[in-house]
Amino acid sequence: MIALPSLPPGARGRLVSLGGERAFRRRLMELGLLPGTELRLVRLVRVGGMVEVEVRGSHISLRESEASKIEVEELKS
Amino acid sequence: MSEPTSRLSLVALAGNPNTGKTSLFNQLTGSDQRVGNYPGITVDRHSGQVVLPKAGKVEVLDIPGNYSLSARSAEEQIAIGALAGLGPHTAPDLVVLVVDASQLSRNLYLVLQVIELEQPAVVALNMVDMLDGDGRKVNARALEQALGVPVVPTNARAGTGVSELKGAIDRVLASPAKGTPGARWAHEDPLLQADLQAVVQALPDTWKDGRAPRELAFAAWALLSLDEDDELRGVPDSLREAVAHRRRLAAGSGRDVDLELIASRYEWIDRHVAAAMRKPSSASAWSERVDGFLLHPMAGFAALILIMGFLFQTLFTWSEPLINWIDGGIGNVGSWIGSVLPEGALRAFVTEGLIAGTGAVLVFLPQIMLLFALLGVMEDSGYMSRVAFLMDRIMRAVGLHGRAFIPMLSGYACAIPAVMATRTMERRRDRLLTMMVVPLMSCAARLPVYTLVIGALFPVTGATGWIDVQGLMLVGMYLFGTLIALIAAGVLSRTLIQGPSVPLILELPPYRLPQARVVARMAFQKGKVFVTEAGTVILACTVALWLLSDYPNLSENRAAPLDARVAALEQTYLDPSERELAAKEIERERGALQREHSWAGKLGRTLEPAIAPLGFDWKIGVGLIGSLAAREVFVATMAVVYGAGGEDEGAAVATLRKKMRDEKRENGDPVYTPLVGLSLLVFFALACQCLSTVAVVKRETRSWRWPLFMLGYMTALAWIVSFAVYQGGLALGFT
Repeated sequence: MIALPSLPPGARGRLVSLGGERAFRRRLMELGLLPGTELRLVRLVRVGGMVEVEVRGSHISLRESEASKIEVEELKS
Repeated sequence: MSEPTSRLSLVALAGNPNTGKTSLFNQLTGSDQRVGNYPGITVDRHSGQVVLPKAGKVEVLDIPGNYSLSARSAEEQIAIGALAGLGPHTAPDLVVLVVDASQLSRNLYLVLQVIELEQPAVVALNMVDMLDGDGRKVNARALEQALGVPVVPTNARAGTGVSELKGAIDRVLASPAKGTPGARWAHEDPLLQADLQAVVQALPDTWKDGRAPRELAFAAWALLSLDEDDELRGVPDSLREAVAHRRRLAAGSGRDVDLELIASRYEWIDRHVAAAMRKPSSASAWSERVDGFLLHPMAGFAALILIMGFLFQTLFTWSEPLINWIDGGIGNVGSWIGSVLPEGALRAFVTEGLIAGTGAVLVFLPQIMLLFALLGVMEDSGYMSRVAFLMDRIMRAVGLHGRAFIPMLSGYACAIPAVMATRTMERRRDRLLTMMVVPLMSCAARLPVYTLVIGALFPVTGATGWIDVQGLMLVGMYLFGTLIALIAAGVLSRTLIQGPSVPLILELPPYRLPQARVVARMAFQKGKVFVTEAGTVILACTVALWLLSDYPNLSENRAAPLDARVAALEQTYLDPSERELAAKEIERERGALQREHSWAGKLGRTLEPAIAPLGFDWKIGVGLIGSLAAREVFVATMAVVYGAGGEDEGAAVATLRKKMRDEKRENGDPVYTPLVGLSLLVFFALACQCLSTVAVVKRETRSWRWPLFMLGYMTALAWIVSFAVYQGGLALGFT
């Protein structure tokens, strides 16, 4: 189990748990990021401190610091 | 005989952001649209009308895009209020749910919430064409069977499927049961059911109409939305207590109510409809490659700088001829009316007050409309989210939202559209903070003042002989304003406008070609809002300032010497052209004398003790008062006060510069030294010398508190920094 930003860019993962404050978790879950959901880390931009994930066909970006509260397991294809 | 007046049927349009909802709204309503405000809140309410084959004329309401009905802020609360008809909102007779076919499962989450509310609904399955390209089809029939409401494939951009959608709306309006499937699914977990039932007991009576599933939906909404620190309105304490109590109980036994509520909807979606939609569409794969460049740590920022540079170059160069055209047109109208009306107070009031005031409003329009057209292109193409992505870290360092970047940049053109552009941020606190600092960015109206003062008081080339001191000073002024704006944001965000740093969740929609209609409509509507709401205040201010500086008229004994000189012209000058020049000179002196003894002049003198420590005399005081209508008026006011004139504006400014340089104090020292100039530049950079901005902030915040605070803090800041510059300079031995 690793933090989302530690996923290698381009790799797929499965969401295990969501941390952070309630509003943040709720919003992510409502966008379809639930435990068990498959996702893909599209890119990590260190300079801007942002990550981009693809989930359920849409692209969502989060701050690296906040994304690190999301735990995933890497899926080997 | 009077017709029975019955309300038009109301159709609400709801959906996730970036689903083409606005395009569909335009397709349905055509040009028949209105922009108003939701009651008590600064969110545009777009509505229009459509004529249906059977139902006839129907009102269409475009609900702001959202991913879910649950809410934390009053802005987010609009969705549930407008869709369910709570509080001041009228309940719609039908809801059209616009769904992006390429992101079906996420879009269906909102659809389920609306169906839970037992609102008759129709689904517009939009952007189906994008899937066809991949050789995959969304089975609208299967979706229709699963959801139990009519599903119509559409392509809002091309306009296909719109007449079919109208037909479906007609059918459901005629028999609402066709769009109200009843409980297709429910939150089945018995523990969650118990929570929901308990919260139903605490719902206010106005939310209840005897339909049990609808009450359960409100209970689910309350359980998901209510929080200790939400900003929702009209929620009774008893409901808050019931929700808090059930959430505590659940948490005590290790349950997560939010997860249970959300997951049970998604489980249903995944089981019934989403299986076919997992693969990303080709549009998002293409966008991903483009983003490899546009979000690149190096290339992305370089592209951003280039795009912004282009944007503001366009804003200045394209609006310039339009502004001149409006200026000229207003001037022509003024002189035409001047030639029609008899000379006197009425003529002066109409030409110099009313028409000049209307001109002052209209000259803002090109920049405002152009800015919003350009912002519309950025928003509609999907690039705006990328700007927030790139700028978030930098903006957050001073407490600003990533989206504040665009309003801040727009501030270089004019604070008025910039303040209006803060609406792209969802949180009130972020909008407020941005509005408070945007006027510190050096706007286009400061430029003529900067060039006048710099041109009058600083040498063209510096000591080294090759550095252009004047150009350098000008760049310095822009940097200075920007720096102070960032510092002010940092200070305000840590003191008066505090707020928790909220996590950023940003959707990056696929890039799309912006639509001319959407862009043009945005520009037009913003222009209209500006004229009707800010324009009236600006007009009133201009008229008031004209009264102050044109009244009272010169007294007889003050005018007498001038009249005598005019009478003596015939004898003094034999050459008619010389005589004409001399007559003009006398008129300029008369203007200067009149201004000196007007109320504005008296105010300037009253103000003198307050501004003397900054190195300013009463004439600058008059200029400062005049510039409250618009900063660039300072130049014109000073020209009148100094009686500077010439063949054209350029010549007048050149004369004014010379007169300013030659102006002496009683002891023979020059009034305008480079130190006074610097103090004046600093004052203009920081002071809130623009009542129009105050008026727009009043409109956006719906109170006098923040605009007055802005006026106060900026004026104090300007005074203190100018004081420090002037007195510090004197202490260091400069003059």
